[in-house]
Amino acid sequence: MENGVITAGLEKYFNPETTEEVKVTEGTHAASYAVGLARVKVISAYPITPQTSIVEKLSEMCASGEIDAEFIKVESEHSAMACVIGSESTGARSFTATSSQGLALMHEELHWAAGARLPVVMVNVNRALGAPWNIWADQSDSLAQRDTGWVQLYAESNQEVLDMVLQAYRLAEEIMLPVMVNMDAFFLSHTTEPVAIPKQHLVDQFLPGYNPKFKMDIKDPRAFGGLATPDRYMELRYNIQKSMEGALDLIPKIADEYDAIIKRHHGGLVEEYLTEDAEYLLVTSGTITGTSRIVVDAFRNKGIKVGLLKMRVFRPFPVKVVQESAGRAKKIAVIDRNISFGQSGIFFNELKSALYNLETRPLINGYVAGLGGRDVTPSTIEKVINHLIAAEKGEDLIWMELNYESDEI
Amino acid sequence: MSQMKFEIPKIELMKSGHVACPGCGASMAMRYALKALGQNTMIVIPACCWAIIDGPSPCSVNGVPVFHTAFETAAITATGIKAGLSRQGDNDTTVMAWAGDGGTFDIGLQALSGAAERNEDIIYVCYDNEAYMNTGIQRSSATPWGAWTTTTPTKTPKSRPKKNIIDILLAHHIPYVATASVAYPDDFIRKMKKAKSIRGMKFIQILSPCPPGWKSAPEQSVHISRLAVNSKVFPLYEVEDGYRYKISLNHKNIPVEEYLKHQGRFKHLSKEQIKQIQVDTDTKWEVLMKKVEMGELFSEN
Repeated sequence: MENGVITAGLEKYFNPETTEEVKVTEGTHAASYAVGLARVKVISAYPITPQTSIVEKLSEMCASGEIDAEFIKVESEHSAMACVIGSESTGARSFTATSSQGLALMHEELHWAAGARLPVVMVNVNRALGAPWNIWADQSDSLAQRDTGWVQLYAESNQEVLDMVLQAYRLAEEIMLPVMVNMDAFFLSHTTEPVAIPKQHLVDQFLPGYNPKFKMDIKDPRAFGGLATPDRYMELRYNIQKSMEGALDLIPKIADEYDAIIKRHHGGLVEEYLTEDAEYLLVTSGTITGTSRIVVDAFRNKGIKVGLLKMRVFRPFPVKVVQESAGRAKKIAVIDRNISFGQSGIFFNELKSALYNLETRPLINGYVAGLGGRDVTPSTIEKVINHLIAAEKGEDLIWMELNYESDEI
Repeated sequence: MSQMKFEIPKIELMKSGHVACPGCGASMAMRYALKALGQNTMIVIPACCWAIIDGPSPCSVNGVPVFHTAFETAAITATGIKAGLSRQGDNDTTVMAWAGDGGTFDIGLQALSGAAERNEDIIYVCYDNEAYMNTGIQRSSATPWGAWTTTTPTKTPKSRPKKNIIDILLAHHIPYVATASVAYPDDFIRKMKKAKSIRGMKFIQILSPCPPGWKSAPEQSVHISRLAVNSKVFPLYEVEDGYRYKISLNHKNIPVEEYLKHQGRFKHLSKEQIKQIQVDTDTKWEVLMKKVEMGELFSEN
């Protein structure tokens, strides 16, 4: 496999009709190329490991004239988000990227972007939060932003990162809410994979220019974000919820449109792998999914009906799809690379809540694994499935492969 | 002060119906600022009195677009708006960040410094009423030495001097920095127009009397502003390119006591304390004069 050439045998992965070139590239750069393809006008960001190579690449692309965007190199992540809030308010498609501590610092502005109904798209590289310092993969950073009004998407591969960013702009600008595209630190951000770069004219067809109904406009002067009294505020919140609910229909529709034009599909709200007849269902997100596919295959080869449900969307939470898909299984294992202290893994908790109103509820176990970038290997996942098969009643929190706890499995 | 006749523009972009307190310096300041800048202006307002003065949603007293933003983000949100406009081919609209002293001297200082260092093409105006007035008169780093606020009660009034925000901005080598007063609208409007004509970062500090916070009579606001200038407490000057100082007005050397006595926030001060303020004020003025001289030296070379 060389950069730029689709060699024989790779056509099944990369459609030559829709692909400009195939780059062997890391996840961060896949995001940068997507920003270029989306014809973003304003970029603002602050460096943080492991997001940095997104903005380094974008700086190069701006400097070389490859993309026609202004890149404002701000003094903090808080300002990065405030900057794209400003630029989006004028109708300029904007982008930022961050990770971990940077996302935490943005928290106030995340609410502002959503409340102001600005379709900012941001890539977050999922990294653990300190203390202590840790730069490796962990979803606690983005999941802690659950209630900010941002759509949250999770990618499994570098190709999905690129495609997801383009789809994120379509979604954001239709529902007038910001979208966060998440990728795992290092497992995606700094791992090279072949990525098909779609042809620009096809991307333009999929993602036309942004033209908002309301914007900062001299000819139509309005005040944005002024004091909303108790008789007005609640309806504005209701509207955000309605738009979020609308995203549940739009995400699969946009994925299908992308497939029709660019010829690639990664799933809608979820991706189901061998779930139809699955008795035991594994639920994952991010890169743990890729490893899980192999383990699921191994169990299938032994005649054990294991299936895999990949969560692509965390907000809005796809309750209905989860009920349909997970509701068919006898037992469910959710693997979380995150923890809500005092509760459980966060995807687990959301899933359990989604299944509560089913007439027949499956057994559901929550497994926390791989925090702070610890490897989640095929052997880890095998242990999860074996534990699930043997389980007689559901357990909310099972810690995987702790170094010193006696009750580990 | 130049004796040249100066016309105040007739245009009234700020409409009636604002919800400021009577005698609010910040509301007068906005009216003059918009007269100077004209229709082709956008305003960014962080948390401050003006977040309320502009009127509750969907109302706005300003006849130009207004974007309300979080407390510490006035400078950077203005930067983003300017970049968004410019990338869509509009390089003419003036984007003005309009913040109080809390949002400028304190919580917004980082974003302000960032914007100044990058020399963003915006006008940043701080209407400085010398405390957190919108939350009910708490001390800020702009509160002067000796002043009462609700968090510096008269038994322990502010024990540190007011932060010199102008010097902080000048350290960024930006094209234009100025002080302005609602008591001198001609000078104020001239400075706003000048700021509009310059590319890059402009910073203007307006001393903004606050009758509830200063414990002063609403009808005295302009008078107190004039006394602040003429007692050298708030000298009017401008600085171009970080070193070319120009004093805008010859003060009348009025004792600071004249300025202080109209304000209840200073009424607990002893004669000795007032004397100390006089000494500090005189010293600061002398330092300013030295800077003017130094600036002349730079200009010659």
